[in-house]
Amino acid sequence: MSSKKTLDHSQAASVFNKDEARVNWHDETLWFVREKRDRSANQIADWELLRETASKIKNNVLSNIHDYLVQFEEKALENGIVVHWAADGKEHNEIVHSILQKHNVKQMVKSKSMLTEECHLNDYLAEKGIEVIDSDLGEYIVQLRKEPPSHIVLPAIHLKKEDVSETFHEHLGTEKGNFNPQYLTESARHSLRNTFLTRKAALTGVNFAIAETGEFVVCTNEGNADMGAHLADVHIASMGFEKLIPQRKHLGVFLRLLARSATGQPITTFSSHFKKPRDGKEIHIVIVDNGRSTQLGREDFRNSLKCIRCGACMNTCPVYRRSGGHSYHNAVAGPIGSILAPNLDMSKNADLPFASTLCGSCTNVCPVKIDIHDQLYKWRQVLVKEGHTPASKTIAMKTMAAVLANPTVFNIAGKSGRFVMKNIPAMVNNKMNKWYDQREMPEVPEESFREWYKKNSRESKAKDNE
Amino acid sequence: MSSKAAILNKIKQNQPGFASDLPDLGVLGSEQFDVLETYKTVLKNIGGDFVEVSNYDEIITYIKNNYELQKRIITTVPELSEIARLDWKNDDPHSLQDVELTIIKAHFGVAENSGLWVTDDILGQRAAPFIAQYLAIIVQKNNIIRTMHQAYERIGNQEYGFGTFIAGPSKTADIEQSLVLGAHGARGLIVFLLD
Repeated sequence: MSSKKTLDHSQAASVFNKDEARVNWHDETLWFVREKRDRSANQIADWELLRETASKIKNNVLSNIHDYLVQFEEKALENGIVVHWAADGKEHNEIVHSILQKHNVKQMVKSKSMLTEECHLNDYLAEKGIEVIDSDLGEYIVQLRKEPPSHIVLPAIHLKKEDVSETFHEHLGTEKGNFNPQYLTESARHSLRNTFLTRKAALTGVNFAIAETGEFVVCTNEGNADMGAHLADVHIASMGFEKLIPQRKHLGVFLRLLARSATGQPITTFSSHFKKPRDGKEIHIVIVDNGRSTQLGREDFRNSLKCIRCGACMNTCPVYRRSGGHSYHNAVAGPIGSILAPNLDMSKNADLPFASTLCGSCTNVCPVKIDIHDQLYKWRQVLVKEGHTPASKTIAMKTMAAVLANPTVFNIAGKSGRFVMKNIPAMVNNKMNKWYDQREMPEVPEESFREWYKKNSRESKAKDNE
Repeated sequence: MSSKAAILNKIKQNQPGFASDLPDLGVLGSEQFDVLETYKTVLKNIGGDFVEVSNYDEIITYIKNNYELQKRIITTVPELSEIARLDWKNDDPHSLQDVELTIIKAHFGVAENSGLWVTDDILGQRAAPFIAQYLAIIVQKNNIIRTMHQAYERIGNQEYGFGTFIAGPSKTADIEQSLVLGAHGARGLIVFLLD
């Protein structure tokens, strides 16, 4: 992707939409996950109370994050964990590299970590001659295909089993044309088992870090984080600083919400609490900022840091479901990605807050009650004010504002619009008109509402009867 | 200035000035349901299975009838020495790669999600429940509790180097959302519910 010019969201979405059957399948598959989430949530009588509680805990974290971080580091050090601080992605990658260098490691196994995607760690390490293998099955598949994940929880959700079969045939030598998921998963299991057994270093993400105890929790269904970490001499855990929660007992709230919101499971298969390294082994934590402290200072957008990366907002989003994760050109796609990305790079990600209908479904399913659609709307205003929107949109909006502000101009514009649409439709029904891209133009009314009202209001009727 | 100092300074500057209090967790986890029945149903739903037993002999009989005894079986439970090895706790964890079945005990189970809480003092080795082809966990029926809130009340300030909740066998649905058991960890989980 790096060599090609990045398409903006709507361009990429129209490429994705060329295969209608596939888009429908993508849409339905994600909606199915959303429905599983609903069924699971509905079984918990206290669901709304849980969301409210989680939101309050995260609010408390945001306002005390400095002290919690200091406390977390102190406790982690007491536990024998090495703590590193990285101001940005570059520093994160350098720290990871230096740890690997110290141990003379040339190959590393990695479980799912969106942060390392955000920092482009794999590319960085490849340049340094270090091979990284992603061990989450979905990530393994997209890595073999040299693609980024398209979803934070379901990295290969854009692919069909035929695609996976083709990829595995090419890279793992599986039977051509065998599309059986059981068979394909078994092949990956064998290949990755060998990886787990031969790597001295393992990197994992962090789902929650507990200030009170200095431990951190990693959740997986496959057991890949544990297979990596427990067989390696060195375990590196990368975390954005917003992953902190105050106390161990708060995990009760978040672990009840996370998997139910993500896939509808009551909990992930493994919820592993890492507190101390094994005897003679090492655990390193890299605490990463990379723009988070800036986002913390944006009053309208700081709540995005409450995110626990469940992906519920993506599964429910009508735009995500029909445009695919890759069209967001960001490590985190979908509604939450669209409010996180502009903070990282406003001009590069100016299109993303517009990739939404503002229907609010994301906000309604968010387990920590982030006001996602409000933030999307607010980002649009910031982006326009700071000049990051395309000229065509700015001119159109300015013209519209001028027309709407002046009744005479509005009248004339309406009349001429109706005339054009009726008599020279090609002037609007053409490729220049972005609105017409996915829509039919409406039937042309004979008269404007204003004209109709003039004839039909009580006053004018009374006048006629005089 | 070090990155740590710079990050912490900026956070201090940018974090909200108002403090929001931590919510009361006491209001959560009061749902009432049949704990044991819920545990069993949830475990089945997520691909695990259970057997109710009244003593270790019944566990031994079950293992003999359902697993290949000539393959490598390891445990941390001395009562099972007839069918499983106990002498692997100080071995290199990589040497556990040929283990067919690991049998361990759990401190307690959680009914709402069928998770079983284990810590390294009862795991023998951290890798043991993950690297085996199959996993068996023994838990006492009266140690099944309702929700995760009771779970963390029970864990309290328990000291451990590593602890994990295990809920069902290792699984993935990363290929077209088709559920496959046995992604990297155990292909099957049997829970012995002990009287």
